[in-house]
Amino acid sequence: MTMAEAASPPERTVIPGPFTGLFGRIGWAWLGVLPFFAFCLMFLVAPVLYLVKGAFQNPAGEYTLDNLLALASPNIVAAFSLSIRLSLVSAGIGAIAGLLLAYAVILGGLPRWVRPAFMTFSGVASNFAGIPLAFAFIATLGRLGLATVVLRDVFGINLYGVGFNLFSFWGLAVTYLYFQLPLMLLIITPAIDGLKGEWREAAEILGANRRQYWRMVALPVLTPSVLGCFLLLFANAFGTLATVYALTGSRFAVVPIVLFQQIQGNVLYNPNLGYAIAFGMVLIMAVSNTLYLVLRARAERWQK
Amino acid sequence: MKKPFPFASALIALVSAAYFLIPLYATFQFSLQMVRGEWSLAAYRAVFASDTFIATITYSVVASLVAIMIGAAIVVPTIYWVRLKLPRLRPVIEFLSLLPLIIPPVVLVFGYIRLFGSSSYLPLTMSDQGTNFLLVMGYVVLALPYMFRSVDNGMAVIDIATLTEAAESLGASRLRTVATVIFPNVRSAIVSGAFLTFSISLGEFVLASLLNRPAFGPYLVQMGQDRAYEPAALAVMTFGLTWACMALMQYFANRKPGSRFVPRLPLSSAKGISP
Repeated sequence: MTMAEAASPPERTVIPGPFTGLFGRIGWAWLGVLPFFAFCLMFLVAPVLYLVKGAFQNPAGEYTLDNLLALASPNIVAAFSLSIRLSLVSAGIGAIAGLLLAYAVILGGLPRWVRPAFMTFSGVASNFAGIPLAFAFIATLGRLGLATVVLRDVFGINLYGVGFNLFSFWGLAVTYLYFQLPLMLLIITPAIDGLKGEWREAAEILGANRRQYWRMVALPVLTPSVLGCFLLLFANAFGTLATVYALTGSRFAVVPIVLFQQIQGNVLYNPNLGYAIAFGMVLIMAVSNTLYLVLRARAERWQK
Repeated sequence: MKKPFPFASALIALVSAAYFLIPLYATFQFSLQMVRGEWSLAAYRAVFASDTFIATITYSVVASLVAIMIGAAIVVPTIYWVRLKLPRLRPVIEFLSLLPLIIPPVVLVFGYIRLFGSSSYLPLTMSDQGTNFLLVMGYVVLALPYMFRSVDNGMAVIDIATLTEAAESLGASRLRTVATVIFPNVRSAIVSGAFLTFSISLGEFVLASLLNRPAFGPYLVQMGQDRAYEPAALAVMTFGLTWACMALMQYFANRKPGSRFVPRLPLSSAKGISP
């Protein structure tokens, strides 16, 4: 693994001096990629490894599992549980809505211009995350937001009266959907395009109706892609900090917010517990991204 | 046989379009309401009249541009070299360049603060210049997956080996080959990666806030806490800027290598958009 290889102290590797002799024997070509490796080691691998190492040490520098065990304390378990639930819900809604939208736009028999319009907009919207997105939703679904006011005055539905609050779990889920839905549309499109016309024709010749074709041919073929995209959306939501922070400040304690506060003001009394939280985040991100790659490889079997 | 009108599809597309467009319209309308009882651009005037706005956005623009230059200077020669001489290293390079996707920015900056903190061999966070440098390096890391993908795709469509041999047989040095033959050929790929880098780092909040830099992202959050109408105006402007960056990115991504930087005539609009 690259992680294990890179475990040497970073300070040595940025100086090419001691290594030139070593590389000289195997050819000078290695020197060409040295800047890239030095950069990645210093500013990507080493900082993360430093945290991972710290997660297994106590403040005195002795190796221990206490930090990882301390992750089981109630407030941290609550943060991870909240983060995971929020990410699951927003990824689930995003995946289903994105799949429906992709079906409607690509196979739904709508006018030709609809597809490029949605695709272009999605390219922009999937990058429109963070603080401006929070502002946009405050202007829409906040207490004085346009949608809230119109629903109340024109339709007589008082959103805040029936328990909706933008600055709560479901408010955040609705806000996340604004970048999750476009992302889903963008990454599921190749899979839907990959459904071959021959399969439908073959199914029809064998006497299948529309419903049977979808249930027994198209959906099973799409399932690995949809699950893979779901995991990508999950990771995308799990790492989100700026949107939550701009909407709720530090009141909504998802994992990135807890870590953010810990870095700002050491609220956990134990700096090494912060390392353990960071380690847990990287672990969850790594697992969901690896599963995504595995599922994508499986989905590509049908794309030959 | 005429197909019936696709009601279900039309309904899905309309509901999605409403979900996408209503927040944009609401934000725009809200940003015009600063003066009670009339539509005005007062919120936009207030934003532009603020010295902090000018200072923070200048800081973020400069930081993003430096990050783009460093990113291109690291990524382009590396991909060229790996494709030409070290194809066995390709999986490693690809893995490293995708790694930032699984490292949340808050974890990355936590690592920076600890690794380059006061007790480190390289206490970058102790000086303003050092912290600025760290912020820019962080932006290069965040943009690495996109820059890599963009330049790698650009490199795939030109014949590097032949171009390099031609340049060498005409007596060009290695550096000259990269600077005057390879770079111009992947210029549109670099520019397309650059606009994405720009749109990621301009309003970036986590790194800038935790490194305590006077950047645009922390300013946005501060405005969100202090004001009502200016944030809406800022959101509208940011969305416009994101839109402009993406449009430029797609335009450059769809251009053929070696074509003129500015087309003489708009002969054909950008072809099928596939992000």
